[in-house]
Amino acid sequence: MLELRSELFSALSETRNENIGALLSAKKEGKKVIGHYCAYSPVELALAAGAIAVPLCGNKKEPFLAADNDLPPNLCPIIRSSYDLAVSDTCPFFHASDMIVAETTCDGKKKMYEILQRIKPIHVMNLPQIPDLPMSITLWKSEVRRLKTAIEKELGVKITDEALREAIHVTNEEARARKELFDLNRNKPALLSGKDLLVIVAQAGYSIDRMSGVALIDRLTEEIKKKAQQGYHVGNEKTPRILLTGTPLGENDDKVVSLVEEYGGLVVAMEICGGYKSLDLRIDETDCRDPILLLAEKQVGIPCSVMSPNKKRIQLLERMIHDFAVDGVVDLTWHGCHTYNIESYWVADLVKNKLEKPFLHLTTDFSDADRETMRVRIEAFLEMI
Amino acid sequence: MLTAGLDIGSRTIALVEWDGERITREEVAYTGVDPFINSQRLINGRSYDRLVATGYGRHLVVERKLADEVITEIKAYAIGAHHFFPDVRTVLDIGGQDSKVILVKSDGGVGRFEMNDRCAAGTGRFLENMANALGLDIKELGEHALNAEGKAVRLSSMCAVFAESEVVSLTGRGEDSRCVAQGIHQAIVDRVSAMVRRVGQQPRFIFAGGVAYNPCMCKLLAQVMRVPLTVPDSPQTVGALGAALYAGQLVS
Repeated sequence: MLELRSELFSALSETRNENIGALLSAKKEGKKVIGHYCAYSPVELALAAGAIAVPLCGNKKEPFLAADNDLPPNLCPIIRSSYDLAVSDTCPFFHASDMIVAETTCDGKKKMYEILQRIKPIHVMNLPQIPDLPMSITLWKSEVRRLKTAIEKELGVKITDEALREAIHVTNEEARARKELFDLNRNKPALLSGKDLLVIVAQAGYSIDRMSGVALIDRLTEEIKKKAQQGYHVGNEKTPRILLTGTPLGENDDKVVSLVEEYGGLVVAMEICGGYKSLDLRIDETDCRDPILLLAEKQVGIPCSVMSPNKKRIQLLERMIHDFAVDGVVDLTWHGCHTYNIESYWVADLVKNKLEKPFLHLTTDFSDADRETMRVRIEAFLEMI
Repeated sequence: MLTAGLDIGSRTIALVEWDGERITREEVAYTGVDPFINSQRLINGRSYDRLVATGYGRHLVVERKLADEVITEIKAYAIGAHHFFPDVRTVLDIGGQDSKVILVKSDGGVGRFEMNDRCAAGTGRFLENMANALGLDIKELGEHALNAEGKAVRLSSMCAVFAESEVVSLTGRGEDSRCVAQGIHQAIVDRVSAMVRRVGQQPRFIFAGGVAYNPCMCKLLAQVMRVPLTVPDSPQTVGALGAALYAGQLVS
């Protein structure tokens, strides 16, 4: 499947790489860097403190030599990879971080953070896991407040409500822009291939100047709309439209997406981190309640499988399957990711039983060892559509 | 018209020729380390109006211009089973390194499918390893297990590597090897029947693939699934037949 050829798209795909250099010069000028591992991290606090916020989640391929010394081999590859990059000092963002924020999301991550603390202190937030309980908001609100105090102390700054509201505007704008870009694929035929989507997903959160990142995405969206008027599209009316859901993916994790597209399917939407997962969770900027509470409410609503029950993910999937005119769903989970692997039961229940659409659950890792076994499953899945 | 289907599995290659009305040739050979050469040998220079490949080696023979098209073994088994038994709704295929369950629609198309995890647990390869551990030929294993007089000895591991050492330690402890053999079959049946239940079985239930030759597997599966199993006369060539029939559809 042809990928999008555009200078704006190339610029977007270089966001992460280019910002490594920009990050180092900003640090020389005295800017502080706060690294975070997960969407549950309230980056707004970092931005309001005048710091640069960078994602740290790893998706380096095996071998994880440094991780294998300390962690069990049957752990999810994201956790092993994140640890490996940090311990071997090969992640420039981890290296540059003055402060690191993490959460008690899944068991694997929270126990890994304990060991990683030997390298650098990590501020671990106590994430509630039953999203529908009012006390979950209360707990998370106090955790966001505890982080605010910690950042103020570490960076020697004061985070004002005004700065926080400005930061909320920035992350709202990011979500709006990204949603508009992804929503181009409601078009039939689609305008972005799954490989294009992977590039966009992998760059999420890496803009140092966040509003110029928003402007870049807006310009790209406009450009693709114009191209579409001149007849540009990916695939055709008959191309099977696949929704990808499951564990977080990085740009290098293209095994499944490229196999789907090699056999004539098209991944038109991704309900994953950095994809569509939390783009609907924008804070109402006219709401004048405490911004810490607004942040807490937003984040407890993120439909990650660490939440129980995680009904919002199933509702989001149902909306997306409808909005993107999806023909089949692929649920991709990493080996050792218990929460997404188990939750596949509910995704299958929605897709197979309620919506009666083809469904494929794949369990794999970052390696190419099982490419052939993945291939036959994906080919057979597409033959059904 | 003469078409052919070639099913290149991990252990065996099957070739079926179809003249539009009946099967005119049916052959099975070992895959070995060079599936391409062994496929070529099986075809032996004959030419067909269309040759469709399936199985894990399917793309190789198309890339090297031996075959014209590919379909997955899932589609091939559904077509092949539906040809012999138009009332088929469930196909279980236990092959060399894969096991799969296919729900077949009334038109022979695939409704749903499930495949084993990517390891060898619950496959023919597992049985082969266990036969080796008991010092038996794979062809003797089923009969040997059926001769057990005592209770089956349950295995605790389904891993093809761990189970092998477990079998060695069980026989070392003096357990009757026939009872251990029955336990080995029981372990696969437990694993496979869970997969069948995930797809949701409906009669008629076809059991195909090389492992369907094993009489103990057939007996235990029928007991656990509580349905009569239909084993085709030639369970190893169902996929190749499906590919040959599909090739026939492409020609006409």
